[in-house]
Amino acid sequence: MTAADRPPLLEVDGLRVEFATRRGDLVAVDDVSFALAPGEVLGVVGESGAGKSLTGAAIIGLLEPPGRIAAGRIRLDGQRIDDLPPEAMRRIRGAKIGAVFQDPLTSLNPLYTVGRQLVETIEAHLDMSGAAARRRAVELFREVGIPAAERRFDHYPHQFSGGMRQRVVIALALAANPRLIIADEPTTALDVSIQAQIIALLKRLCRTHDTAVMLITHDMGVIAETADRVAVMYAGRIVEIGAVADVILRPHHPYTIGLMGSIPRIGETGERLVQIEGTMPRLTEIPRGCAFNPRCPRVLERCRVERPELIAVGASRAACWLHAPETGGG
Amino acid sequence: MADAAPLLRVRDLARSFDVSRPWLNRVIERVPRQFLRAVDGVDFEIARGRTFSLVGESGSGKSTVARLIVGLHAPTRGTVEFEGRDFVRLPPADKQVLRRRMQMIFQDPYASLNPRWRVAAIVAEPIRAHGLIAGRRALRQRVDELLRQVGLAPADGDKFPHEFSGGQRQRISIARALASAPEFLICDEPTSALDVSVQAQILNLMKDLQRRLGLTYLFISHNLAVVAHMSDEVGVMYLGAIVEHAPARTLFARPRHPYTRLLLDTVPDLSLTGAARAPVAGEVPNPIDPPSGCAFHPRCPHADARCRTERPVPLVAADGARVACHAVAEGRI
Repeated sequence: MTAADRPPLLEVDGLRVEFATRRGDLVAVDDVSFALAPGEVLGVVGESGAGKSLTGAAIIGLLEPPGRIAAGRIRLDGQRIDDLPPEAMRRIRGAKIGAVFQDPLTSLNPLYTVGRQLVETIEAHLDMSGAAARRRAVELFREVGIPAAERRFDHYPHQFSGGMRQRVVIALALAANPRLIIADEPTTALDVSIQAQIIALLKRLCRTHDTAVMLITHDMGVIAETADRVAVMYAGRIVEIGAVADVILRPHHPYTIGLMGSIPRIGETGERLVQIEGTMPRLTEIPRGCAFNPRCPRVLERCRVERPELIAVGASRAACWLHAPETGGG
Repeated sequence: MADAAPLLRVRDLARSFDVSRPWLNRVIERVPRQFLRAVDGVDFEIARGRTFSLVGESGSGKSTVARLIVGLHAPTRGTVEFEGRDFVRLPPADKQVLRRRMQMIFQDPYASLNPRWRVAAIVAEPIRAHGLIAGRRALRQRVDELLRQVGLAPADGDKFPHEFSGGQRQRISIARALASAPEFLICDEPTSALDVSVQAQILNLMKDLQRRLGLTYLFISHNLAVVAHMSDEVGVMYLGAIVEHAPARTLFARPRHPYTRLLLDTVPDLSLTGAARAPVAGEVPNPIDPPSGCAFHPRCPHADARCRTERPVPLVAADGARVACHAVAEGRI
């Protein structure tokens, strides 16, 4: 718990992301608040359309129009970064916040050697140039486990395998020693054995550099392996947040319970998987009250009209009327 | 079970692809022709009503096996027997009859449904193609029944694929696959593109349908937990060959081949026991230039001189597991 005692590195407070459309504004991320301590790994998990990637994009200033931050504050080291002009945000990106995305090919320029891209990043953000930058780049390649780093330095992205490319992207993200890395599905496009390598690498590097990570993924397994805390998102909101062990072993929100039950596990062959009926609502038709109410097996009358806020349940926090003291839960 | 004749028997199945540079480049650059052996000597049987799974990483050849079985590729070597008849070398008319009885479900429900067709037309296509039902009303009745069977409403037949979510589209794919009343379904990563809660719905549906209709499945996936959940028997593929083949329970309780152990080690531990996992080194080699001897030897912690030179043949253990590994055969692990 030492991480939690330090002043937060990242504070997100009441974040709301909207998309302007012809038929009015769609709310994709709604009143999302959380804090991230230095060196902490926060998993953000949810199914497609939950708003987890948009939350990450909003923090790093890469929301694509017509998406925009409609409300809320984002602070990094106590300084507001949600209202910075693009040029100032660009400097923070890379220097203070690194990014790792799902497809390493889209993060790398196919026309430049990986070494050149890394040296450029180092020169842009650190007070280093020429031979020193090159030395640091080779060192980084070694650190992320690229074999024969000196030789691979002058190779182009297409000459690397998917796993090796993702290592290059991680080296790029770490180049300027950022305080925070936003990793959006960093292992989803990789084979399982490579996935395990990349997760282990991210974990090790962030521990040695005291870098905090916001790990966005749909895969509870990746969260279980990597994160200290986890936020479960559904239809644009956080429905449950807490320490990984609490949320995974003792989930409280019916959505989290359903999600955990729907994951097939080795050793439980033959049994039926828990099934959450229906699908996540579209942004145009998010139900009134709790967004999960039409699919919830334990829905109350109140859930259909009133929206639940996050409240303390056990060791974690959940947004569910079942656990509100006045509903008789807890 | 074992004495009943298998529905499908695959023997020594192999397929290579010509991946040579163009002729002029070969002449100028003096490079020889190159072949990629995608599948190299695969044997298995599937008993009626059972599920056999092929599991492996990308490039292991599992999807090529599926395509060879349905005839989307012609094998370079080996046979595919359906009820004891060699499907590949059957006269076209007989092939057409057998085709009705085997269908395929693909990974991407966005790419595998024609966006310009209404769902009812998509589902009815196999019925039309095989001339199974005459008369529009009877056809529509059958389509309605199929839609209900996969958990959709008959009214959904009038919509277009884009009006559905990924999970619902996969239901449409399943309805289409069931339309010709097949006995055998080949499912190539049917849930890999879906969210977990939707995956659970589709896996449950597939199990229900298997029970109700007595279907036989060849299930292809890279996800070990999904395979463990679905299968009666499992074949683990690596670079075109099955390295371990065993009943699902045996395989997951007692994996023998070092590659199977590696794969199992990569499955995240959701019960958070905190058990230390052995770090896994290396990547799948380029199948154009596979390693000598046992293809897994460069990544294998137990490899010795024999593994580097001699390709291991599968040996049958007492509990029915077939493992192609020198270290296992010699009792070294």
